[in-house]
Amino acid sequence: MLSIAGIANSIHQWLNETFSSGWATLLEFVLVGILVISFFAFLGLVLVFMERKVSAYMQLRVGPNRVGYKGLAQTLADTIKLVVKEGLTPDGADKFLFNFAPFLVLIASMLLMAPIAFAKDFQIWDINIGVLYITAISSISVIGVLMAGWSSNNKYSLLGAMRSGAQIVSYELSAGLAIMTIVILAGSIRLSDIIASQENGWWIFKGHIPAIIAFVIYIIAVTAETNRAPFDLAEAESELTAGFHTEYSGMKFALFFLSEYVNIFIVCAIGATLFLGGWMPLHIGHWEGFNHIMDFIPSSLWFMGKTFFLIFLIMWFRWTFPRLRIDQLLNLEWKYLLPISLFNLLLVTFIALMGWYF
Amino acid sequence: MLEEIGTTEQGDLVINIGPQHPSTHGVLHLVITLNGETIKKVEPHLGYIHRSIEKMCESLTYRQFIYSTSRMDYLSAHINNHGCALAVEQGLGIEIPPRARAIRVLLSELTRLASHQLWWGAMAMDVGAITPFFHAFREREMINDIMEETCGARLTMNYMVPGGVMFDLHPNFVTRTKDFLRFFRSKFNEYDELVTNNIIFQERMKGVGVLSSADAISYGCTGPVARASGVSSDIRKIAPYEGYDQLQFAEAIQSGGDCFARYLVRMQEMRESLAIIDQLIDTIPDGEFQAKTKAVLKLPKGEYYSRVETARGEFGVYIISEGATTPYRMKFRSPGFSNLSALDHMSRGSKIGDLVAIMGSLDLVIPDIDR
Repeated sequence: MLSIAGIANSIHQWLNETFSSGWATLLEFVLVGILVISFFAFLGLVLVFMERKVSAYMQLRVGPNRVGYKGLAQTLADTIKLVVKEGLTPDGADKFLFNFAPFLVLIASMLLMAPIAFAKDFQIWDINIGVLYITAISSISVIGVLMAGWSSNNKYSLLGAMRSGAQIVSYELSAGLAIMTIVILAGSIRLSDIIASQENGWWIFKGHIPAIIAFVIYIIAVTAETNRAPFDLAEAESELTAGFHTEYSGMKFALFFLSEYVNIFIVCAIGATLFLGGWMPLHIGHWEGFNHIMDFIPSSLWFMGKTFFLIFLIMWFRWTFPRLRIDQLLNLEWKYLLPISLFNLLLVTFIALMGWYF
Repeated sequence: MLEEIGTTEQGDLVINIGPQHPSTHGVLHLVITLNGETIKKVEPHLGYIHRSIEKMCESLTYRQFIYSTSRMDYLSAHINNHGCALAVEQGLGIEIPPRARAIRVLLSELTRLASHQLWWGAMAMDVGAITPFFHAFREREMINDIMEETCGARLTMNYMVPGGVMFDLHPNFVTRTKDFLRFFRSKFNEYDELVTNNIIFQERMKGVGVLSSADAISYGCTGPVARASGVSSDIRKIAPYEGYDQLQFAEAIQSGGDCFARYLVRMQEMRESLAIIDQLIDTIPDGEFQAKTKAVLKLPKGEYYSRVETARGEFGVYIISEGATTPYRMKFRSPGFSNLSALDHMSRGSKIGDLVAIMGSLDLVIPDIDR
């Protein structure tokens, strides 16, 4: 059967037959690297286009429709523009940190690509501490944001970076606790095990109320973690013009922009994996016929469908809600979300111990 | 009554907001002193768009100077013109025909609606919601189209002349206005659903930038800003002009004095404007649209003052005439200037995000402040 996993396996086999095992592994590394980078760029193009179309739809506009077929080449044209633009470094900036920050942010989101299962048996690195790895790596990007804000030698940037730092550090707690809910239910922190445990039902259905609470908290927390509206205080354009990347231009700005969108994809992919069964098709109890039809849809489509559904949800937030204020933002986390998640964790532990899930 | 002027200490963060900044809606320059995110002091710097319109008016005839006032508060251009026309008519002592009165009131209220719609979109955008801006422009566009058909311009109407209006209404005016009323009423609930009832929006607005009624009076605030603090200041009610006393409408008053109260006042004003247009649209009297005036207007020696209620508050026109064809001295009392002066008082101790919300709720138009 022609599936992504099948193609990957045949490439693996061919490489091992043609080269010695050391060279084959090295070549696979290079291949995966190229794949990740090109997927990255592709994702950026698709998501920016999607955002512009979604926002246009919500704002009674048409959106980009001139460049290429139905405007599809618009983001490509924008990228070319950004690449050929001059990347300015302000005079008073800390040159090294200023130029390094966008790459750090980008590397952090690239590393997060590794444990995501894009389709059945198609995963770059099925690390046994998958969930831990994700929560650990995702907090690296805040260092990049702080570096960018600090090194720009701009007050707006500094304020934006400080806001972003406070925000990401706080909301990581809730996101982490929401993820822990599923880890307790699934009994493993390896992502492939978590997906396998959802074969006869996704955790959002199987996990009763705690899973639903955890899902809602996860979505809120990751929206904040990716600095998206209504939590886009780090770059609140009506307050701080552009926040931490005010001084960035050209490709360095594009890297921030790209990593923002890829981060959205990643958090949504993780959300889909943990709560919506990853690449698992939708199965309903004993409806054999229905389940069979669902199995025919390729696993990669299931995964992408769920992920893009969540991405649409997050975009919908952005174009609907006003922005919170910094103290309200922190209140929401420390006074509401964190106690609820802690209680939720207790509840789910109890449920898991009693075996009260399907 | 006023607290001590905030002092800048070593280590405070001083930030220039503007003159080029997305939330100042023009070339306003604010120097804010921050302690972390908390505002210690706000200093507005004016003059970036000063054109000395008052001085310019001294060399323009009484027919001409009206048009320069469209460039002050460009969102209430028609109402500004209205105030000037009233002052000149007061000097000439002419009575204007009933049809001209009705047309003036109708267009003034349409202007007020358009201005408040733009404010609503910009207000939501200031607190971070971008979508309402586009929704507001959908309805505003209909008003602009009506204006364009009626007087040929969409923003700077210049439709007023001393003695009435420049042309008669376009034959389509009544049907198009009724279409607009029907459409806008159906969309007005969406405004509430999308913004007013949004919990985040209410959190951002309630208790922010509180202005007590005593402060509102002492800073000279007028319009929705004063009315939100419980000060009755609607010129249409307290000093009716152009037959406003014969119309049924309520003065929108709130007692909160915070940003949300100012928001609610403007939302209610939109409803009242709709009611006023409703009352007039079917009963526009027939007859002349302009009183007979001399070709060259000369105001008798003396001082003339007229005031009208623009979308932002009281707009006063003060003319000193020496009996010539041009005014000897002119002075405009613009609402934005006084409202802006309360900004520092309102925003001390609040966060940067609040400052933007307060500025949005003041509905500042910078050319109106600078003139």
